[in-house]
Amino acid sequence: MYRYDSYDQSIVDARVEEFRDQTQRRLSGALTEDQFKPLRLMNGLYLQLHAYMLRVAIPYGTLSGKQMRKLGEIAAKYDRGYGHFTTRQNLQYNWIKLADAPDILAELATVEMHAIQTSGNCIRNISSDQYAGVSADEIADPRPWAELLRQWSSFHPEFTYLPRKFKICVIASDDDRAAMRLHDIGLKLVSKDGVIGAEVYAGGGMGRTPMVAPLIRDFVPEEEIISYLEACLRVYNRYGRRDNKYKARIKILVHEIGVEEYKRQVEEEYAHMRTLGLNPPVEELDRIRAFFAPPAYETDLSDAIDRADPAFALWVDRQVVAHKAPGYAIVNISLKPLDGIPGDASAEQIARIADLAERYSLDELRVTHVQNLVLPHVKKADLPAIWQALEEIGLAEANLDLITDIIACPGLDYCALANARSIPLAQKIAQRFAEAERQAELGELKVKISGCINACGHHHAGHIGILGVDRRGVENFQLSLGGSGAEDASLGQITGPGFSEDGVVDAIEKVTDLYLAERESGERFLDTYRRIGMKPFKEAIYG
Amino acid sequence: MKILTGNDLSSGDVIWWAGDGWSRQVGDSADVGDRGDDLARAEEAALRVVGAYVIDATITDDGVRPAHIKDRIRALGPTVRPDLTLKPNDADAGNWVI
Repeated sequence: MYRYDSYDQSIVDARVEEFRDQTQRRLSGALTEDQFKPLRLMNGLYLQLHAYMLRVAIPYGTLSGKQMRKLGEIAAKYDRGYGHFTTRQNLQYNWIKLADAPDILAELATVEMHAIQTSGNCIRNISSDQYAGVSADEIADPRPWAELLRQWSSFHPEFTYLPRKFKICVIASDDDRAAMRLHDIGLKLVSKDGVIGAEVYAGGGMGRTPMVAPLIRDFVPEEEIISYLEACLRVYNRYGRRDNKYKARIKILVHEIGVEEYKRQVEEEYAHMRTLGLNPPVEELDRIRAFFAPPAYETDLSDAIDRADPAFALWVDRQVVAHKAPGYAIVNISLKPLDGIPGDASAEQIARIADLAERYSLDELRVTHVQNLVLPHVKKADLPAIWQALEEIGLAEANLDLITDIIACPGLDYCALANARSIPLAQKIAQRFAEAERQAELGELKVKISGCINACGHHHAGHIGILGVDRRGVENFQLSLGGSGAEDASLGQITGPGFSEDGVVDAIEKVTDLYLAERESGERFLDTYRRIGMKPFKEAIYG
Repeated sequence: MKILTGNDLSSGDVIWWAGDGWSRQVGDSADVGDRGDDLARAEEAALRVVGAYVIDATITDDGVRPAHIKDRIRALGPTVRPDLTLKPNDADAGNWVI
């Protein structure tokens, strides 16, 4: 894992003291709310429905046990005993007092964490593949690049006031586990003639105008990625709309001027950037890369797993995936227990998972955009102990990528922007399909729920997507089918008129029944939908 | 009736204008008539509230009921965590917001 150097630590510490002063001035009345709001937002502090909400950055979703433990301590000390892992691989506290916020940031700084640039029209937390560094199918560990981009984008003077927020994702596998093409810029590391570089996608995103990012360059040599991204951002910063926040994202610019024209302008800017010597020094990239060197895996470990306990075997089959090192496995921890809140974890659960990371996963864990956690370096011999520990804290659900592994934004229960509640609906769907055999029969089926058009719940990318809307003060839910955030990225299509909360659960059951009746051998729900199209599903739903 | 709500500047708690000060209970809300915007500005300037705004509400058998579901959820707390609402011992309290 990356460790702060003295420069990293000093700027984070200085930022804490700066925000402490700003907060004191707000509480004393020296700053008005209009003056203070942009300052608190730049430190991740929102005013939400019930209280202040603090969004903590988890760069590319990677945490140490010590950092995870600190997140749990803060939840217990300053919040109401829990935190919420988000689709941006971050963590949010829902019940923060303004006067406590500087102390929380100071505590985060002691474990090399912060909330900088988790809001505002700047480059946000860099996201990545939760299996980075341990997946056999990647061509390189994407995290050194994610870390380099984190450093490049932190306090970048030219890109601190962009037309709108900007999200970047880096992956290095053909399997896209990070919804890369639904980011403002997506990088996929590739190898060409033995040289590492990146495919660059630009102009993706969800929200009210969802778009899958088109490829704008099929190869940028690794040493020139920063220069190329500078060019991409410069063109966006120059021509992105500032007159209308709903048309201000890069996806609108790319769409309005066209991919070819955007590419042409980026290439022109890139040609200029290359003359400026902005590429990072090789020594700096090497310094960062050294932090992500593969750990010293034990050798001669057994790959055998005792599957005598059927519940354990079910959990292994669903939650454990292949690791690149013999004798090791990647463990997915579901934060979607039946009747739970997707992404929520109590302070006690967070502390126990920190223990597991330290004891069984070489002191490392990951946060996924699907609001689950990952222990990336687990010896197969330790799987029973981990399963037992997860059982004890109610997090041994075996539902990865199944219909109950639902993404749900905080929705109207917490969010000031929401129009409808996402979480109760997720719980009702999970209840309806709770039977393990039924979930297994349905196979991979990704349900994603957003409580408003901003799409934090990624509903556009759901095999089954649900959008909550306000219909004359009453919650209503639009159903869409056929979305995907994976390597086969696509946007879901709305089925038709919306439903009540109970009505949409019934509609999903009709959709899944039709899938089971129509599927051909080996087809996932998404495959069947793509083969037979929307019409039979509409007929099943609306009669 | 028109009522005034916002968040306590320091704690962030949801608060309701009760006529002579702020209350955490929506049931204490006073009808602010057409004085809401002036009250909001004065109370914000006095550092007692942030993000104050006027909403429609009605008087029902259960007391003051904000017209919009969003404000009813603000008044109660998250419906998915009854233990964190203002009625932690009422598991069905969330039904009030619907």
